[in-house]
Amino acid sequence: MHVIVQPCGRIRHVGPTIHKLRHRGTWIGSNFFDQFVMRRPNMADSIAQIRPMAGRKLHLALHDRPEQIFKGVLVPLPCGTEQMESSETDCLINLSFGISILNGVRTHRLSNADFAPTDLAVEMLYLMEAKSAAMAASRALNQKLEVAKIAAEEQAFTDTLTGLKNRRAMDHVLSRLIAGNKGFAVMQIDLDYFKAVNDSLGHAAGDHVLQTAARIMVEATRDIDTVARVGGDEFTLLLPGVAGSAHLAQVAERIITRLEQPIKFDGAACQISASIGSIWVKAGQDVVAEDVLSDADAALYRSKQAGRARHTVHGETVSDAMQKRREKPHALQ
Amino acid sequence: MHGLINHTIQRFVLDSFGHRVWAQVALRADLCAVMGTADFEPMLTYDDAITPRVINRLSAVMKRAIPDLLEDLGAWLVSNPDREGVRRLLRFGGDDFEEFLHSLNDLPERATLAVEDLQLPQMEVAQLDDWRFTLTCRGKVQGFGYVMMGVMRVIADDYGTLALLDCKAAPPEGEVITVTIIDRHYAQGRSFDLGARG
Repeated sequence: MHVIVQPCGRIRHVGPTIHKLRHRGTWIGSNFFDQFVMRRPNMADSIAQIRPMAGRKLHLALHDRPEQIFKGVLVPLPCGTEQMESSETDCLINLSFGISILNGVRTHRLSNADFAPTDLAVEMLYLMEAKSAAMAASRALNQKLEVAKIAAEEQAFTDTLTGLKNRRAMDHVLSRLIAGNKGFAVMQIDLDYFKAVNDSLGHAAGDHVLQTAARIMVEATRDIDTVARVGGDEFTLLLPGVAGSAHLAQVAERIITRLEQPIKFDGAACQISASIGSIWVKAGQDVVAEDVLSDADAALYRSKQAGRARHTVHGETVSDAMQKRREKPHALQ
Repeated sequence: MHGLINHTIQRFVLDSFGHRVWAQVALRADLCAVMGTADFEPMLTYDDAITPRVINRLSAVMKRAIPDLLEDLGAWLVSNPDREGVRRLLRFGGDDFEEFLHSLNDLPERATLAVEDLQLPQMEVAQLDDWRFTLTCRGKVQGFGYVMMGVMRVIADDYGTLALLDCKAAPPEGEVITVTIIDRHYAQGRSFDLGARG
């Protein structure tokens, strides 16, 4: 693709591919700058202005179709006679579609034969088409994997952040305990002041606190107990074979005390606590999972109402031991 | 072996012979035991041994010779409307059938440009005289030459060229196809639009 322009700006000759870009009108004799808008050097409108750019990269677009952009290079043609000044010779401007090749080929219905044998235009088109086909296949696979991942997650029993059981797993174990007809306890734990940690120190700190809290709960319970993370900062403990509520008070006390020790993260100390509500289901008691959980939730709510950082057993008053706990300010230190 | 190749074989079997045949092939080739599924993913990589096993079982199920099936596969690959992309990509090779033949030298490299880990068998085109060419295919899996023969039959037609093709096994691993052009302008070829929207 090339154009030969006279010093006055008149087009003397165009290559066959350039010729195809115009369906009507003629190139020959028209002014180059009426046909093309210069983008680099910007707004140049005479050969005198672009002649010094010889050998360097030009950017231009069709005047009446500005989306059709070109790269170009100007080469002054050799003088015809010795006397001619170099500023009086014609210029050859060689053009290529550059990155807008697809647009050019589509708009002007060009074929292989319209490109020089050395031009990489066809290879470029080939790559574009091959790449989009390959990308489409990749996308299809990714979507499939995404769906499979969601399905797998739905079937999973583990909370990925803490390694604890998740709500699904907890529901499973709870229904088994109820069916087993032996005594057991459910403990609902809400971290107190956790939101403050998350808001002021960020999610990384929040995640660290959740992981530490999870470890504390696992350490404070027996191997046969189930510790599950059922919400952002909500945990449920299932304790099989519990003989009385005294054991619950001990476990709750242990967890709250350990959680209140500042958790270090990146030089900062995160201070949290926990509100706990639990329910003791005696052997042979006829219950359904929904009620057990909502009773434990109600006890948890009473702990929160009574000023947080304490434990309440469903059907009992807020535990004395917990009431005696000194109210201490919980803040980030 | 790249999943694209295995996936293509599966699509070919499903398209040409139906689900029952594929189920039998998959069963006999033990696909579920090896991969956990009877379906190939185009963008995954599979053990090289799987592909010849699938081809062998297909030949047994269909009671047809392997070269025959592979040639059909090649023809299907470039004539099936759902696989229009493959025909288009090959037509980028040149303006006429001879240019296309020469462009096959670059095909494995082109394929690698598009899909980095796709390794097609080596292809070597030689021009014997004005009318005769040979294409030599060498690869991990034997029989690729037969696939190319099916491909070239359709593409010759696409260019409107009448050509005779003959494929011979060339041990140890590969085939040589002899292409004899009878008439370059036997028929009006199909037009090819460089920038067609897919």
